[in-house]
Amino acid sequence: MTPLLSVRDLRVSFPTRSGSFQAVRGVSFDLGRERLGVVGESGSGKSMTGRAILGLVRPPGKVTAERLELDGESILNLPERRMRKLRGARISMVMQDPKFSLNPVMTIGRQIMESYRLHSGQGGQAARDKALDMLRAVQIRDPERVFDAYPHEISGGMGQRAMIAMMLAPDPEILIADEPTSALDVSVRNEVLRIMDKLVRDRGMGLIFISHDLNLVGQFCDRVLIMYAGRVVEELPAHDLHAARHPYTQGLLNSLPRLDQPVERLSTLQRQDSWRDADIATPLPGGL
Amino acid sequence: MLTIKDLDVWFGHPPERVDAVRGASFVVARGESFGLVGESGSGKSTILRAVTGLIDTWSGRIEVAGQPVTGRHRSRAFHKTVQMVFQDPYASLHPRHSVDRVLSETLHLQGMDRIDQRIATLLDSVGLGRGFRFRYPHQLSGGQRQRVAIARALAAEPQLLLLDEPTSALDVSVQAEILNLLADLRRDRGLTYVMVSHDLAVVAHMCDRLAVMRGGEIVEEMTAAALRQGAARSDYARDLLAASRGYAAG
Repeated sequence: MTPLLSVRDLRVSFPTRSGSFQAVRGVSFDLGRERLGVVGESGSGKSMTGRAILGLVRPPGKVTAERLELDGESILNLPERRMRKLRGARISMVMQDPKFSLNPVMTIGRQIMESYRLHSGQGGQAARDKALDMLRAVQIRDPERVFDAYPHEISGGMGQRAMIAMMLAPDPEILIADEPTSALDVSVRNEVLRIMDKLVRDRGMGLIFISHDLNLVGQFCDRVLIMYAGRVVEELPAHDLHAARHPYTQGLLNSLPRLDQPVERLSTLQRQDSWRDADIATPLPGGL
Repeated sequence: MLTIKDLDVWFGHPPERVDAVRGASFVVARGESFGLVGESGSGKSTILRAVTGLIDTWSGRIEVAGQPVTGRHRSRAFHKTVQMVFQDPYASLHPRHSVDRVLSETLHLQGMDRIDQRIATLLDSVGLGRGFRFRYPHQLSGGQRQRVAIARALAAEPQLLLLDEPTSALDVSVQAEILNLLADLRRDRGLTYVMVSHDLAVVAHMCDRLAVMRGGEIVEEMTAAALRQGAARSDYARDLLAASRGYAAG
């Protein structure tokens, strides 16, 4: 079976005054119809990996890879016109904060219709029906009201659901969710995750779930990549997360305060230079 | 150390008046660490802001170290007793003031002597070396900035620290360092903490007792031990506890 997405030796670099800065340094993985978690702290390159796949790294940033293939077809550094056809229609992205990713002067309904119309070519009534369907699919109880609402008139959780509705309307094969629930309250968070999970499962999509929250990813995903300083340092089945072998992953897990295990002092992470460049435990992460 | 009785806080005028806090009461003893938890908009930060005088539309009773406060005005003695640390270390430091200037200005305002020496001690006590003294905020990481913000709060040698989500903008490994620092400072200086957080595990780790808030009201007060055992009495606190245990498919 060919993977939906195949990434080998992906690199993203930015020129700076003191030489080139490598934000992503040789990331490799395959994505099937599964939920893949990408975890790391700020600056680990997790978001940049997502953006590079979608061709969203702005110049002067440079993306190189030995291979970046969607269904066996290279999508590395495609011309913007071809990338735009792909983006949204075949790979979609949900970002962290709906406040910043929704257009504030356009109603929710029109935004969903616009994204659907662009990719399906269908207009008018069909787009409207689809938008209302999608709002229902993300379990918005009163889809007509939300359809006519502006982003500031709805809550954060509702906004994020509208974002998911918009991104899933053109039926993409892959959804990249970059911290989709970090701006939400816990009770809303679980609800949004459940909706996303169901839609991804029902449609047989591949999901790349980018997050800083190790526990959440462990509970939500099938497989987890742990990133540090632009590289994948460990790859694990999500249910084996507690058995992580890399000291960085262990350190991250241990530094979290836990409700069920009171400790006098939290253990802190002693970063080691060897984590940046040492050999990776799994030589080819992401075998299906 | 801190007594809040029947506190109401509102914003705006009728008919658009929003009641952000309604009838909140709690008492924090000297040396205690008290948590306020709840979801966004539950009024937990608003209580801290009313205590420090950042909001004047409130009624009820606020007493700090036995002294009642009124409206927005706070005495010099108040600022010597109470200091606050904010959530976002990126927004709470002046981008064009060096660490040295931030701290010396605060020390001047507090009428302290031996400023030069005090800055060095403050930096030491928050685990920043002297080398950080002449840096600007953009030359510091998020955790280092939060350390500077804590040093600034300590400059007045306060007894009560109000902590508004002090680690929620930080990575977990940095969060652990800052929480350890706060725990050490409390032990060494006998400080009293009131800590606002949406993270129940953080509050259980840092606090002895806590209040759960929802829609501006305190729904339940409990001990950290009860929180850990999941022994919440109200439905809302139970739901919040269940939700924060994580995502369960279904």
